[in-house]
Formats: sequence, C-alpha cells, structure tokens
Amino acid sequence: MQSQMKESDPILEVENLSASTDNLPILKGVSLTVYPGEIHAIMGRNGCGKSTLSKIIAGHPSYNITNGDIKFLGENINSLEPEERSQSGIFLGFQYPIEIPGVSNLEFLRVSTNARRKFLNKEELDTFDFEELVKEKLEIVKMDHAFLSRSVNQGFSGGEKKRNEILQMALLEPKIAILDETDSGLDIDALRIVASGIKKISNAQTGIILITHYQRLLDEIKPNYVHVMSDGQIIKTGESDLALELEEKGYEWTDNFIKET
Amino acid sequence: MVNENLVKDVVKEPYKYGFVTDIETDKIEKGLNEDIIKLISQKKEEPKFLLDFRLKAFKKWKKMKEPDWATLGYKKIDYQDIIYYSAPKQKEKISSLDEVDPKLLETFDKLGIPLTEQKKLTNVAVDAVFDSVSIATTFREELAEHGVIFCSISEAVKNHADLIEKYLGTVVPASDNYFAALNSAVFSDGSFVYIPKGVTCPMDLSSYFRINSGDSGQFERTLIIAEESSSVSYLEGCTAPMFDTNTLHAAVVELVALDDASIKYSTVQNWYAGDEEGIGGIFNFVTKRGKCLGKRSKISWSQVETGSAITWKYPSCLLLGEESVGEFYSVALTNNLQQADTGTKMIHIGPKTKSTIVSKGISAGKSKNSYRGLVKMGTKATGSRNYSQCDSMLIGDQASANTFPYIKSQQPNSEIEHEASTCRISEDQLFYLQSRGIEFEEAVSMMVSGFCRDVFNQLPMEFAAEADKLLALKLEGSVG
Repeated sequence: MQSQMKESDPILEVENLSASTDNLPILKGVSLTVYPGEIHAIMGRNGCGKSTLSKIIAGHPSYNITNGDIKFLGENINSLEPEERSQSGIFLGFQYPIEIPGVSNLEFLRVSTNARRKFLNKEELDTFDFEELVKEKLEIVKMDHAFLSRSVNQGFSGGEKKRNEILQMALLEPKIAILDETDSGLDIDALRIVASGIKKISNAQTGIILITHYQRLLDEIKPNYVHVMSDGQIIKTGESDLALELEEKGYEWTDNFIKET
Repeated sequence: MVNENLVKDVVKEPYKYGFVTDIETDKIEKGLNEDIIKLISQKKEEPKFLLDFRLKAFKKWKKMKEPDWATLGYKKIDYQDIIYYSAPKQKEKISSLDEVDPKLLETFDKLGIPLTEQKKLTNVAVDAVFDSVSIATTFREELAEHGVIFCSISEAVKNHADLIEKYLGTVVPASDNYFAALNSAVFSDGSFVYIPKGVTCPMDLSSYFRINSGDSGQFERTLIIAEESSSVSYLEGCTAPMFDTNTLHAAVVELVALDDASIKYSTVQNWYAGDEEGIGGIFNFVTKRGKCLGKRSKISWSQVETGSAITWKYPSCLLLGEESVGEFYSVALTNNLQQADTGTKMIHIGPKTKSTIVSKGISAGKSKNSYRGLVKMGTKATGSRNYSQCDSMLIGDQASANTFPYIKSQQPNSEIEHEASTCRISEDQLFYLQSRGIEFEEAVSMMVSGFCRDVFNQLPMEFAAEADKLLALKLEGSVG
C-alpha cells in the first residue's frame, strides 16, 4: 500500500525549512513529504512551531524563510503570494478563523471559489449557480443556509467558525489541506461533523496535514504518519500508534528524544 | 504591520478626470470688491433683490474671520487672487442642445454624463454645470408635465423669482459662516428644484459640477423645495482637472421640506485631491443644510467624499416640524495628504423629531480624517431621539482619524445615543482573504466596502455601484 502510493509524485515537499519572524528563529530545519492519499498528523506542545509551519506553507508575510524550500507539485513556491498558493490548491484551515465585518460570507465564498476555478480554467460561477453549489456543500458540514448571509465569521461560535473553514475547503477542493487545530474548541458532535466532512472531501489524490493536540480527532481520521514537533523541529515520526503513545505518556516523554538526538 | 511598498502601489491610481477642456472663456478680472459683485449680477441680468442680497452678504463677509476651529492645516487663501466668474463663451441665447459648444458636450461625455438626446442617461435628469454656469438640463419637458421645475439657479432667478426671493437664504443665512457669506456674495450658478404639492418626482434629479478653469473659484448654489406630500431624490457629482494650484470651491445647498415631504440628497464628491506630495487639489468648503419645516417631513443626506485636498462640510438638518426626520449617512475617504473635517448637525427643535447619523471615515496614506458632529435637543424637542454611529478605519500607520461629537440637550425627555469605533485593516484579515485566493487589492476593497455597507445601502442603486468602484480605485496601492 505504502510503496504503491509512493510511485506517484509527492504533493508537498518541505525540505530542511528554517524560518524566522522578527529575527527570531521559529523553524529550525523541518522536512516533510506528503504523497497523494496520505494523511499526516503533526503534534507537539504550544509554541513548538506547528502553526508557524502551516502559515509559512500558506505564505504568511510575517515569516521569512531563512533556509530550505517548499515545493508544491514539484515546483518551488517559496516566493508565491498567499493567493497564488490558494488558487493552485493549497488550503490552510485556520486555528482562529478571522472575522471580516461587513463582508458577506456568501460573497466571500463565491469570490474565493471563483479565484480557484479561474486557475483551473473552469467557468466562474454567478450568484445563482454558486448558490446551487454552496447548498450542496453546506450539507457536508451540516450548516444552515442562514450562515451565508452573515458577515464572514462575525459572531460565529467557535464550532461554527471551524465548520465554515471546512465549508471553504469543500468549495475550493484543494490538492492539500493543512488543518490547524480544526478540532480545538469543538464539542463531540461538532467534531464528528467536521471529521466526516474532511473525510468526504479528501480522496486518493489529495493530501492532508492535521495539526492537533488530541487523539480524539485522530480516532475519527486515522493518519498514515504522526510527526512530533519540538522547538522548531520534527523530533520523531511514526505511524498512527505514535499518537496513542503520546496521549498516554504526554509530551514530557518526547523530551527524551531531544536528549537522545 | 503592513508592507509599505504594497501600500504605496495601491494608492497610485491616476485621477481619471484630470483633463482640461480647451475652450474660450468669458472671465472677469481677479479680485473681490463691490464692483465685481455688481458685474456678476449684471452679467446674469439679475433683479435688484438679488444684487442687494449679494452686497449685504459681502458686507458681512468683510467683517467675518475665516474659521480655524477645524483640524485642517492649509496655506492661507488669498481671496483677491481668485477669479469669481468664468464661463465658456457661448451664443447669447441657446434654445437647444444642438447649439451648445460640442467641446462642452464632449467634456461631459468623457465624464460619463452624456447630455445629448440620443445618449442621455435614461432614468436621471441631469443639470450640467461647467465652471460658473449651467450648460444644459435634460428631461425638462418630461419633468414639467409633472409640474417639477428643474433648472439652473440663474434661470430660476429669471423665471421663478418669487420662489427664489421667498426661500433663498432662509436655510443658510448669508451671515451663517465665512464661506456661506462668500458664496452668497458671489455665487454664479447651481441647480434649482421645485416639487409641487403631492408629486413624487418621476425620476432622480442630478447635478454634475465640473471645475475646468485653474484660477477661478467655483461658488455654486443649490436650492431644493419640496412642497407638501412631495418627494424627490437628488444626486450630485463633482470632478475637476489636475492643477498644481489649489482651487477654491465654496458651495451652499439649501433644502426645504414641507409637511410630509421628503428629500434625499446624495453626493459623490471626487474633486481632484492633489498629488502624493499634497500639491494642488480642490479646497472644498461647503455649507449644506436642510430645513424640515413641515410635520413628518424628512431630509436624508448621504455622501461619499473621496476627493479634494481639503474637505470642510457638515450637511445638517433643522428639525422644526413635529415628527420630522433627519438622516446623515457618510463615507469619507482620505489618502496621501488629503484632509477632511466633515460631519453633520442635527438640530432638534420640534417635538418627536428623529435623527440618525452613520459616519464611516477611512484614512490611508498620511491623511487626516475627522468626524465632527453636533446633536442638539432644544427645549421643545420633547420625545425626540438621535442615534449616532461613527466608525473610523485606518489603513497603514501614518494616517490619523478623529471623532468630535458635540451633544447639547435642553430637553430631559429626549434620547441621544452615540457609538464610535476605530479599526485598522489587520494583516491577519488580509492574509485570511488572500489565503482564500483573493488578491491583495481586492481583499482591501472588499473590507473597505464591507466597512461602508451601512452607508452604501442608503445610496441610490446606480450611485452605490459607482461609489464602491470609486473607493477601490482611490485605495489602489494604499495598503501593503
């Protein structure tokens, strides 16, 4: 199974990536390769660089890449704008989705979807056609149509915000989705909805990186690989049982790996 | 922190309306004195009452001091260095549009305001004002069928002198303020609207003001009267060429609404704003005021202010009639070195009067943007209510925003509510939109129009779309 997958080309290759913000090094040589159909989980303490890694892959302007490369479908994307990365199929699900007052969620989703469709040489959707499409996708995250007429994420509960992220993922149909603590702040029902949404959207051609603290999301979506990050580095990589072990022993256990290396 | 270079790129959009029409003009000499005022009045063949009105205003003006309370800084204006009358040379009497100089028609064509029969806008009647005079007014016959008078104020002085004499200066008295006095002394043209009793004006009325000459000021005067149970929606647009000198624009607008009448007055102001170093641009000192004279009358101001080097204007409502309603919806955008000090005055005099103020200020570049507003409840304004909301948005880290709300209440049985907020377009918001494939500039303009939504919703449809586009253009390059 594993070897079969690796016959195809990787979607994402992070090669020895170091990055800093305000001259403060955050990432110190991270390497990670994701092939089609793979699910990777990244775990680690707060401040270990997980979120930073996801933001850098999405092109956040606050971080400088000081060394290494990010390749998407074989092309170096270090210098691409965030919108170019999104249009070409990289999706970042935010840990804290941002509120945009006054901008209607529906219009935001439509403009965003059309930007991706344009890149794929697909026809851009007018308001009516988009309504049809979005209705279908709302089902996936069990969201009410009323969400569309509100301002982007404004006044949404934590769970609604996260579902809105997955709705965006469903509309954009990315090649790779990096989901930054999408499970945090969700109750059990919402977690199931989000997890089943992610499973419905992903397929053998897509890659997923789940950044999480908890086993419970990984119970719903079983990862092929689990990486443990600490102080800007991946210090251990294993299969899905690594997460279970981590849950049992806590991050203190992983401190030993650093001492070992 | 927003990337400085990107910010700069966004604001660099050239001003589309900066061209000059090369046309022979009838200009009088520079300077201001009684003889000049007499000359203007004579050129316009005015009745004596109007000349007296002008001369009285001039006397008052000479005794007044230019106001300095606004948070505006600018080089002192030399009032003797301005031409107070400039008109394109035309035939004596023009009976149809065919006789208007094609260059003038072309100018308005270029501005998107075609005037000729074949091309004129279909659902809006337009009065086109070029420097000191009105060039043409469309749809006059159609409007006349409904008894609606829509013409230049000069014409109204000739043909409807009774109405002019009755209402001119009753809302904004000549002595009201320095610039109103100046305007009263030297005003050249502007629009006049009269809606008879019970008539809902069948189409939007619109005036388009174009400054062409670099050394003459523009002093237009607009008077709108809505008789009992009538209603009208009036739109105003303004542009000017790019000159490296400052041109003075001091207008006065007076509105009168009688019982159950309603007037909606919308402005999209896009005078030349000067360049990035603050060279040139229009000095825009305007007095706009409406009088809700009748019971249940309503006056609603909406404005989108994007141009001018300096904007000083406070469209206001005097709420005299019982249960009358005043509204003020404003978007003021400043960029580069522009300065705006704008807001409103809601003067509640009658009982059960209501007013709403929604102001959105957006400051980019090194600009200064102030909201200044007064809400006053008089002794008889029992059961009256005001709601004010003043929001500021800062773009970049060198712009400034101020809010000066003045509240005076002499009536304990009245309510005044004021909300204010300041926000900045954050890098996180921009990144969020960008990470969804939305280009940087589109992201900015999405957020700005989102911020202005409450006001845009008040604009007539065709204006709202234009305002949205205009803001996007103005901001191009201003955010990074």
